[in-house]
Amino acid sequence: MEDRSSPHSHQISGAEILIRCLQEEKVKFVFGYPGGAVLHIYDEIFKQDAFKHILVRHEQAAVHAADAFARATGEVGVALVTSGPGATNAITGIATAYMDSIPLVVISGQVPAPAIGMDAFQEVDMVGITRPCVKHNFLVKDVKDIAATIKKAFYIAATGRPGPVVVDIPKDITAHFAKFEYPASVEMRSYTPIMKGHSGQIKKAVKLLLEAKRPMIYTGGGVVLGNAAEELVQLARKLGYPVTNTLMGLGGYPSTDNQFLGMLGMHGTYEANMAMQNCDVLLAVGARFDDRVIGNPGHFFSKDRTIIHVDVDPSSISKRVKIDVPIVGHVKSVLAEMNELLIAETKAPDAGEIKSWWQQIDTWREKKSLVYKNSTDVIKPQYVIEKLWEVTKGDAYVTSDVGQHQMWAAQYYKFDKPRRWINSGGLGTMGVGLPYAMGCQLANPTAQVACITGEGSIQMNIQELSTCHQFRLPIKVILLNNRYLGMVRQWQEFFYENRYSESYMDSLPDFVKLAESYGHVGMNIVNPADVEGALKGAFDMKDRFVFMNFITDQTENVFPMVPNGKGLSEMILAGEE
Amino acid sequence: MKHIISLLMENESGALSRVAGLFSARAYNIESLTVAPTEDATLSRMTIVTSGSEEVIEQIIKQLNKLVDVVKVLDLNDGRYIERELMLVKVKATGIFRDEMKRMCDIFRGRIIDVADGSYTIEVTGSSSKLDAFLEALDKSAILETVRTGASGIGRGDRILKV
Ligand SMILES: Cc1cc2nc3c(=O)[nH]c(=O)nc-3n(C[C@H](O)[C@H](O)[C@H](O)COP(=O)(O)OP(=O)(O)OC[C@H]3O[C@@H](n4cnc5c(N)ncnc54)[C@H](O)[C@@H]3O)c2cc1C
Ligand SMILES: Cc1ncc(C[n+]2csc(CCOP(=O)(O)OP(=O)(O)O)c2C)c(N)n1
Ligand SMILES: [Mg+2]
Repeated sequence: MEDRSSPHSHQISGAEILIRCLQEEKVKFVFGYPGGAVLHIYDEIFKQDAFKHILVRHEQAAVHAADAFARATGEVGVALVTSGPGATNAITGIATAYMDSIPLVVISGQVPAPAIGMDAFQEVDMVGITRPCVKHNFLVKDVKDIAATIKKAFYIAATGRPGPVVVDIPKDITAHFAKFEYPASVEMRSYTPIMKGHSGQIKKAVKLLLEAKRPMIYTGGGVVLGNAAEELVQLARKLGYPVTNTLMGLGGYPSTDNQFLGMLGMHGTYEANMAMQNCDVLLAVGARFDDRVIGNPGHFFSKDRTIIHVDVDPSSISKRVKIDVPIVGHVKSVLAEMNELLIAETKAPDAGEIKSWWQQIDTWREKKSLVYKNSTDVIKPQYVIEKLWEVTKGDAYVTSDVGQHQMWAAQYYKFDKPRRWINSGGLGTMGVGLPYAMGCQLANPTAQVACITGEGSIQMNIQELSTCHQFRLPIKVILLNNRYLGMVRQWQEFFYENRYSESYMDSLPDFVKLAESYGHVGMNIVNPADVEGALKGAFDMKDRFVFMNFITDQTENVFPMVPNGKGLSEMILAGEE
Repeated sequence: MKHIISLLMENESGALSRVAGLFSARAYNIESLTVAPTEDATLSRMTIVTSGSEEVIEQIIKQLNKLVDVVKVLDLNDGRYIERELMLVKVKATGIFRDEMKRMCDIFRGRIIDVADGSYTIEVTGSSSKLDAFLEALDKSAILETVRTGASGIGRGDRILKV
């Protein structure tokens, strides 16, 4: 046993210091799972009630739930795991948050400092393993460093381009004693995120926007992360220009607004992709020109356009696409400055040009690229999402897993508010849906929370049904059960001549019985006529977790689709395949 | 094109692996990397020799700046700079080679720093291309062993990288 040398009167243990730090940061929930290396910490958790500990059933889910809490609230999510297997189980969660720039502090236990490097029981080099998928990480080497390190971890996670920070704490250090002093502020010469954009560049951007003939506003996760939806709406309304959102940016601009062209990219609408391809001035805000968004870069560049890019991370700018007017800064302050300039501006956009641009866009809209053929025999997945939107009055927190159902959720649930659409875009992690719903429901106990999932994805974190019961989380699971790894099947249909290699889902459980065995309500819905009633019934059960197993059309595909390597305007539309 | 990048970073354990990891994770070229503490014990200075298109170099600089431990980054190629590398070469020094090696060493302003019955160890400093030229000039069969430090670089005149 390590030495727990007796403290001076003003000293407390490292474990207690850690708890006090979390209290100072006003942490409301810690998602975690205990084990040897964090037992001192769990003992202190037992003695406090400033925050609530949510015991998950797998460490991956702890990190996902903390991540969703952060996405839904804008606060830093916190997870706590033990060393070795606890730490490695957390990796997928950390990498998922990293790819989507989500602020997290993940605390991992480590073997006692003298045992590090000895292949000790449950030892793993957490700092080494997480280095490529964190914004930063720390190994705490002295009890006196705990407070300053935690302060830095929260600061780094939340500022600039947000991201996960890992703090690895050896067990003996949580048993050593020190005086607790929480730093009031952080000063780091090596880390100074830029907030305000360059005024000259902002002026230049506004001038270009006003001179545009075929303008387009393309915004992403940065608008949501930077709480700049209001500023974006003000800007877009003032200019009267079309807006599109990335998968991560949905809700940043109200989807029911007439200036909204829908999501763009691989599964974006016809009008959004055509406008992106054919615009002459593009304003990109908090979006990173992902390969799923611009399609084939060569094709994208075959058209000439001037690009203005606002991003807090200089490395996002001119990474995949050469930018003409870079503006490094926080979205909120840059958009606010643009709005001020526009209010003072006497020049207005060329009404004639903008009108004919809108006429062009309306002809693209005529394609009605999201219209699908409904059926009275078999449930169409798109129909379920449309009904979900109606039943929840467009006001639910919607989480999804990864696959076709995710794309249908993004296309058919019209998000009008930011932080309502919670999904894994960058890493595309199957299994996030249920833990994401837990994080959302805990953050908003009375809100409607829907988890749209597939029968493949839900089984990747199905054990959390138990956590949901323990904490009485009234989540509604919308399983679009197509008995296929549908997104894989779709690619095999299109690009592998229908060779459905390992993409069927055989031997599925009876989901109703499964839900019931965890103490939840289960429903099977087979008939299209029952969809709406089932959804209403489920959402009327305000205090129950309801698992809805919708047996959907097995052959349905996601359209439009920009095939890999093709240009944005080379979409396959429904009925054209 | 070849670029020499100088950077100052916090002298923390693990800082080196963050830089090295960045280069391998993003598949950037790395020709050499040297690191040592500076006169300020809290800072280390690193010189990285890399190559790539202008876009890649721009990304490398941005990604390095993004590392939380990195305090300052300077692309020496953006201005005038001096580059020096140290090389130790052990060569055969028997028969005709004994005079030949001494002469080559003088031409390249090297120094013989160890003399043994059958070999010399020669120390040469200069730009990496000068060291390459020295090796080129030697008879391949005479080279027994070489060790190079990798380049260090510094800006000329008042181009100063300091916190
Ligand atoms: C099956 C599947 C299909 C997909 N299909 C599509 C698709 O059709 N269309 C699509 O769009 N995506 C799609 N994606 C998602 C895609 O992979 C990317 O995750 C997504 O496009 C990235 O969104 P983003 O550009 O908004 O960037 P994000 O990952 O959200 O990055 C945010 C950007 O904003 C910046 N930022 C953060 N905070 C601030 C701030 N405060 N101020 C300024 N800047 C800030 C960051 O530096 C970063 O550059 C799909 C994913 C999956 C799994
Ligand atoms: C952890 C993980 N493994 C594999 C994949 C690759 N993948 C992407 S979508 C998909 C199929 C998902 O199937 P399901 O959850 O049933 O959703 P559907 O596409 O049928 O709606 C797979 C296997 C992934 N994204 N994540
Ligand atoms: Mg499926």
